[in-house]
Amino acid sequence: MAVPAAIELSGIQRSFGAVQAVRGVSLAIAPGTITGIVGENGAGKSTLMSILYGLYRADAGEIRVDGRAVRIDNPRDAIAHGIGMVHQHFMLVDPFTVLENLVLGAEGGPLLKGGLAAARAELARLADAYGLSVDPDARVADLSVGEQQRVEILKVLFRGARILVLDEPSAVLTPQETEQLFRILRGLRDRGVTVVLITHKLREILAVTDRVCVMRQGAIVAERDTAATSADELAELMVGRKVRLRLDKAAPRVGATLLEARGLTLVDRRGVRLLDGVDLSLRAGEIVGVAGVTGNGQTELLQVLAGIRPPTGGTLAVCGRAIDAAHPGDPGEMRALGVAHVPEDRLRQGIVGAFEASESAILGYQAEPPWCRHHLLDRPEVDRHCAELMDRFDVRPRTPGLLSSHFSGGNQQKLVLARELARRPKVLLVGQPTRGVDIGAIEFIHRELVKARDAGCAVLVVSVELDEILALADRVVVMFAGRVAGEMPVAEANERTLGLMMAGAATGAATGAAA
Amino acid sequence: MEEALTFVLLTLAATLRVATPLVLCAMGGLFSEKAGIIDVGLEGKMLVAAFAAAATAAVAGSAWAGVAAGIAASLVLALLHGFACITHRGNQVVSGVALNIVAAGLTVVLGTAWFNRGGQTPPLDGAQRLRPLFLPEAGDNILVYAALAAVPLSWWIVARTRFGLRLRAVGEMPLAVDAAGISVNGLRYRAVLLCGVFAGLAGAYLSIGQNAGFSRDMTAGQGFIALAAVIFGKWRPGPTFGACLLFGLLDAVAIRLQGVKVPGIGEVPVQLVQAMPYLLTIFLLAGFIGRAVAPRAAGVPYEKEH
Amino acid sequence: MKPLPRWAEIAVLPLVNIALAFLVVGVIVRVIGADPVQALRLLVTGAVGSSESIGYTLYYATNFIFTGLAVAVAFHAGLFNIGGEGQAYIGGLGCGLAILALDRVLPAWALIPLAILAAALFGAAWAAVPAWLQAWRGSHIVITTIMFNFLASALMVYLMVNVLIAPGSMTPQSRTFTAAGKIPSMQEALSWLGIAVAPSALNLSLVLALACCVGTWIFLWHTPWGYALRTMGHNPEAAVYAGTSLRRTTMLAMAVSGGLAGFVAVNELMGVHQRIVLDFPAGYGFAGIAVALMGRGHPLGILLAALLFGALQQGGAELAFEIPAITREMTVVIQGLIILFSGALLNMPRPWLQRLLSLFPASAGKGGA
Repeated sequence: MAVPAAIELSGIQRSFGAVQAVRGVSLAIAPGTITGIVGENGAGKSTLMSILYGLYRADAGEIRVDGRAVRIDNPRDAIAHGIGMVHQHFMLVDPFTVLENLVLGAEGGPLLKGGLAAARAELARLADAYGLSVDPDARVADLSVGEQQRVEILKVLFRGARILVLDEPSAVLTPQETEQLFRILRGLRDRGVTVVLITHKLREILAVTDRVCVMRQGAIVAERDTAATSADELAELMVGRKVRLRLDKAAPRVGATLLEARGLTLVDRRGVRLLDGVDLSLRAGEIVGVAGVTGNGQTELLQVLAGIRPPTGGTLAVCGRAIDAAHPGDPGEMRALGVAHVPEDRLRQGIVGAFEASESAILGYQAEPPWCRHHLLDRPEVDRHCAELMDRFDVRPRTPGLLSSHFSGGNQQKLVLARELARRPKVLLVGQPTRGVDIGAIEFIHRELVKARDAGCAVLVVSVELDEILALADRVVVMFAGRVAGEMPVAEANERTLGLMMAGAATGAATGAAA
Repeated sequence: MEEALTFVLLTLAATLRVATPLVLCAMGGLFSEKAGIIDVGLEGKMLVAAFAAAATAAVAGSAWAGVAAGIAASLVLALLHGFACITHRGNQVVSGVALNIVAAGLTVVLGTAWFNRGGQTPPLDGAQRLRPLFLPEAGDNILVYAALAAVPLSWWIVARTRFGLRLRAVGEMPLAVDAAGISVNGLRYRAVLLCGVFAGLAGAYLSIGQNAGFSRDMTAGQGFIALAAVIFGKWRPGPTFGACLLFGLLDAVAIRLQGVKVPGIGEVPVQLVQAMPYLLTIFLLAGFIGRAVAPRAAGVPYEKEH
Repeated sequence: MKPLPRWAEIAVLPLVNIALAFLVVGVIVRVIGADPVQALRLLVTGAVGSSESIGYTLYYATNFIFTGLAVAVAFHAGLFNIGGEGQAYIGGLGCGLAILALDRVLPAWALIPLAILAAALFGAAWAAVPAWLQAWRGSHIVITTIMFNFLASALMVYLMVNVLIAPGSMTPQSRTFTAAGKIPSMQEALSWLGIAVAPSALNLSLVLALACCVGTWIFLWHTPWGYALRTMGHNPEAAVYAGTSLRRTTMLAMAVSGGLAGFVAVNELMGVHQRIVLDFPAGYGFAGIAVALMGRGHPLGILLAALLFGALQQGGAELAFEIPAITREMTVVIQGLIILFSGALLNMPRPWLQRLLSLFPASAGKGGA
């Protein structure tokens, strides 16, 4: 008799209003394997796993664990059946210690003393059994991201999980930390734990999984043994058509230096050096791509360049204006100098969700003519301007009066880009241009950025997606720990060198005079 | 020398007398805030508790019945606050303000309708009041000792019990609590009810312990001062207790300063003396708040994704 | 939660909230032994039953417009200004001082605008300090504005008893203003146009209130400052991105808010009492919260809500007169309940309304986006 599947899903359906997030999914996952579930944003993979974990209830369908039909109505049920989930956004209480986080929900009694002692012993046992070690008394807030993820995994094992679901685990890890994670996952698999990996990164699927399922628009479109497939096949299955990973673009026609940063430093209140002597120059007609894992200073770099935060040290020369700690700039001034900024966090900075699209379309430019005259806003003119932007950038629906939050991510991003490009800026700063954006809009946005560069704009693109950097940039700069870890023309860049720089394991290539 | 000693002892006693309702209220507010529910409505809860306690004591002839009624009245308001903020995810400040206003009006409306004394309850005496236990001049009735005991008790609950751990977690990261399979709403309701109990004790103390009956608006802002004490105390029981003592001391000294000529300034205006707790609150808020870190999820209604 | 169609959001939901509040009041009225239906009837006739009562309703509404606008402006900036009482009180100090200093020297047409300006400036200043504390020191504005209400009270009592008291007076109030400091009553003003109405406390400051409604609407939705203010209220990060100084916008929002609250003094002191008196803010500041919430922060809604509250106040006074068991504090209870149902329990009737609307597919299909 065959070993029953660790997890068997049959006919799972789930809709949110009119949107069918999961359509009739049936899937069997064998025990002691690593299975990858891959798909684009909105394919339904996270929703499917949330149903498995009890965060959502399926509208229809059945779940079987180890051959037995079960009801999972909440995370407690899932935990009881041995299913544990490691979320993309860690569910850790920062001020608590590792031990306190571990014990939350499984304290073993109304008083903490006994529970904490038992947990300490169990933690030591787990460390032995699975090779995962973390200091039990460390405050979670003080741990590195990789260590915090290990705490999440330990939390799950602590509760007796034999099925581990990880949701985009490498989103915040360096390539080296990701390798470490994979080693841990392989170790878990070898000890009989069933691992399910949700990701949109094909590299990971090919590196660590035994089997892969491709989801598209709420349904499973294919299942393969990983050894028997390739990145190209998977990409095509994910998207439904052949995907170009490289853009056709002409060689850059580089002009004058419009932005020059020398020794840029930013130190925060606690003395942490967020930016540590960054040298960077941007010339008209080129795209500089800034690569790096989130949290290595790219966000701060954008903030300083856009005038949102003044540098603590170093100088910045932008279109003729010199900025340093003694002469800080501000976003309004930067805009007046011809610097436009598409922010990393579209929902919190780029638009105001509660505003109509027409109002979001003048964010940052609300006091400019032609819609602002004599300190009064001309609303019909505001609407007209928005309609024009929407036409030029194919923003749908073409309704300036619709609330900004009701547009899809891709359309919101197009609106923000349209707004910034409409000013014909000299310098364009872009953060994560295609995060949360559907693939049709991605191609459009990439083409617009190249168009801007061809028209003589100096473009800076910060992105965590190496594919995007390699496709767009003329020059690549890698940031690690607030410093420039490496800089090179894109022709000389490859993922291995970049990955090493991103992890701080190597610095290299010409960092000398404006490369 | 002996005069100075008497002065000190009397001031100490007065301090404790004034600080008692503050301490009880502050401990209640502490539980609520630590769980992530801002409670501006401490004032209202104290007020209805004071009214219910005095009214019941007058009618039933027993101080204990009064205390029970005070707690019950405060719990009603606490439940309403919880209902609005937790179940219906309403704005916590608005709810607190609303309940304060309702309390202020309702206590007078019911008081006038039932006792016909323009909002006051009949003056209480004998068994209707809480008697001092050991030192008659100090007015140390049982609720004063309850307040003193409440501080280490609160500390112990928060730091050493499962409930306290979960409470702290739900005020920092309700998502983590939910993912661990614990009911966020259940925890928050328990915190809010605990707050109601403490505020009820504080109100009962005011009308049947410290004074001899209820009069309109008798809480006079003490609920807000208790809230301020929680903030200075950085949401920890010990420092919060210290802040309450400080305010109590201020108030005790203020009464003594009335009519006294301070060299160089002349007579201190009565109103300045009355405004001192509020002034001090503002000064301290202006100086200290930058450092104090509120529970991260405080004030944010928890929205389950499904 | 899926939003209701626009017309239901703006008109039906608020009405349901008020209805619920009144239901609870009805229960309370029953508890104290009076007849709720009779009480309601007396409330309505007391509010609008005669030319005089309409005048009083509008006079009360004037105050509610000012404080409602004040709270709303701050709300749009993401700030909870509970200090309307204190700001109105100090606004009274401002216009009172201006008039007491100059009413024997300047004619009315010069003094009145000056005094109105003084009321706004003093109210704004009283709001500016908590604003500064929030913006530069991070002090929670809810607590500081509450404290400032108490401070205003203490300050005004001190000044009235010791400094501004009219010579020879027993009660703490200033001397009477001369005619130069008086805003004409509505009865007087309308008589110039040949229209006769019963005398009441209603005066021309109603015109100022209406002007403030228009002005607030223009400020919030038709100027870049209003735009920046609303951006800060929704998304402080987006405001920073857009180059807005959060600190200066906080100061601006609270100053405007305090100034609007200060105008209550124009109605009370210049329109009615003709002297500085104690406690004239009398709860208008807190009621402003209810008015702003019911009016959904929009000047037109605030105007309507203010009329309702004015009617409640006037009707409530008549009611207290007719049924002694129902004291004036009942109005306070109603206000508190409206804040509760329109503010904190705002979303409670939604599921019922949605179920109701789903019975009429045509209406449910419209809007709702």
